[in-house]
Amino acid sequence: MDLLIAFAKCLVSLLIVLQVGVILLWVERKGSALIQDRVGANRANIFGGILPFNLGIVNTLMADPVKLFHKEDIVPEGADHFLHWLAPFLALFPLFLTYAVIPFGDVLVIGDTTINLQAVELNVGILFVLAMVSLGVYGVVLGGWASNSRYALLGGVRGSAQMISYEIAMGLALVAVVLTYGTLDLQAIVRAQGDLMWGVIPAWGVFYQPLALVILFIAGMAESKRAPFDLPEAESELIAGFFTEYSGSKQSVFMMADFVEVAIVAALVTTLFFGGWQVPYLYRDGFHFPGGFSIAVPSLLVTVLQVLSFLVKLFLFCWFQILVRWSLPRLRYDQLMDLGWKRLLPYALANLAVSAVLILLLQGWTVRS
Amino acid sequence: MAVPVQHYLVLSAILFAIGAVGVLVRRNVIVVFMAIELMLNAVNLAFVALARQRASMDGQVIVFFVMTVAAAEAAVGLAIILANFAQRRTLHADEISTLRG
Amino acid sequence: MIVFYLLAILSVLSAIVVVVHRSPIYCALALVNTLFLIAVMFVLLDAHMIAFLQVIVYAGAIMVLFLFVIMLLGSPDEPASAERPGLRTVVLAAAVVLAVELGAVVAAKPGGEPMAEPPSYGSTQALAERLFTTHLLSFELTSLLLLVAVVGAVVMARRRA
Repeated sequence: MDLLIAFAKCLVSLLIVLQVGVILLWVERKGSALIQDRVGANRANIFGGILPFNLGIVNTLMADPVKLFHKEDIVPEGADHFLHWLAPFLALFPLFLTYAVIPFGDVLVIGDTTINLQAVELNVGILFVLAMVSLGVYGVVLGGWASNSRYALLGGVRGSAQMISYEIAMGLALVAVVLTYGTLDLQAIVRAQGDLMWGVIPAWGVFYQPLALVILFIAGMAESKRAPFDLPEAESELIAGFFTEYSGSKQSVFMMADFVEVAIVAALVTTLFFGGWQVPYLYRDGFHFPGGFSIAVPSLLVTVLQVLSFLVKLFLFCWFQILVRWSLPRLRYDQLMDLGWKRLLPYALANLAVSAVLILLLQGWTVRS
Repeated sequence: MAVPVQHYLVLSAILFAIGAVGVLVRRNVIVVFMAIELMLNAVNLAFVALARQRASMDGQVIVFFVMTVAAAEAAVGLAIILANFAQRRTLHADEISTLRG
Repeated sequence: MIVFYLLAILSVLSAIVVVVHRSPIYCALALVNTLFLIAVMFVLLDAHMIAFLQVIVYAGAIMVLFLFVIMLLGSPDEPASAERPGLRTVVLAAAVVLAVELGAVVAAKPGGEPMAEPPSYGSTQALAERLFTTHLLSFELTSLLLLVAVVGAVVMARRRA
């Protein structure tokens, strides 16, 4: 029975990440069209005369993937077949694993079993996230090398150097959050954000560590190699960078890895800084507002509200990343490295030092569970 | 039934011996370096197994230090290899030799 | 447990690939595999923090550094037999003797049951408590060592330019 529950939780977690990744593909295409004042993909249309405009769903979500999967799989001459096959797998797999520790709800009470809505309950959850992000570099490195092509190798080396540079700033921002909440377990951090500061404001991470939020966001976008940090895959310069020589299913895996990483950065930001699945003032038995007013809510509805809250916040931050991508110009490579090493890293260290001193001096400044 | 600590130690010994073979037989200096890292990891495994046997965290602290020192050593060693390559243009251990006799 | 034996066989095979394969990139990938399997064994031994540190530091940073160097230097595959004919047999025999000897020595002592471990064994808090009290001097010296290593690597890289 326990095994069944664990299996179901892992399945739900995997489905969430897969669905979000695919939906983001559509949101990006239509959303970028909205931002750039054009129409976007509008050729295949099954809703005919019902809607006055074309949502582009059939085109993006159905026709495009079918086309990609049916393309011939070309391996460049002189390239290593095994590594060419392995690289997309290594790019995508660690990202799926990261979702295993993100809590998407509090507890689900069925009869007398209480199910903790987190696929894998690790008490070192944040370390696991960092480990999987570190493993994501291999996809880029091998993709560039295995293509036996100048552009791809250049893109691969640049991309992996960028990724390992921004891992450091990301790690330091995460450590600042760990200091504030006193635990590495993601579910415990989200639960701790249910407390109220001064009885009114929910103790979300954004109020305790705003600088860490900014650093994590920037470092996360740089990790996923999205604009304005997308020089490794610069569409107008290196063709497609480290995945130039990939076609068909392997290319779709690399693109999917891009969107899954957007979802991961959004999930991390929601979980650590914006309360994860927490709805303000909602506890397991109902709403308890600060004035003393409370509404009783059945536990199943509470769970549904919390999962919905998580998904809404997730999409909000995914949309924000898409906005940033289509608004800012690309950073040159030396500007990119400059930002990572000379600005983010000192700021993250200073944030850590100031947080540590403040925590020592004002013992009540943290949220210890 | 828990795995006895001797099994972990035997595995550690086997990995160490394989690393030693690598250091002695291979001629590519980078692969020699990798075999050294393998030996370090075999020792780490032995330390952690014995730490669990004695339920003491000191073994894990030693592993922490070994990892840190190995990282520093890898960085400096690869820098040396790169500088050497700039001069001699070869990675073959037999050709990087200035000792006569 | 059967998991350990599976991991042990896989890691030994992976280590043999590291030492035997002709292409340095495959050796590096096999080493990453071995490091990952050893990290899983650390989890089996209740050393959770060390396991993840192994993945982040060793498999995630040091091996990427190795891959960079291999790719930048364009390491060619080694020719089939480049060394003296008898060397391989002698070294293999010596390695087998070494393994058997080490194994016999460590397996001879009766180990008994593992001692009861405190509930926070292997956690970050336990490791930090040891690190910052008993081993503080080593910690400070190690940070000095890292500083020296960084400066040394930068100096060496700069000298060529």
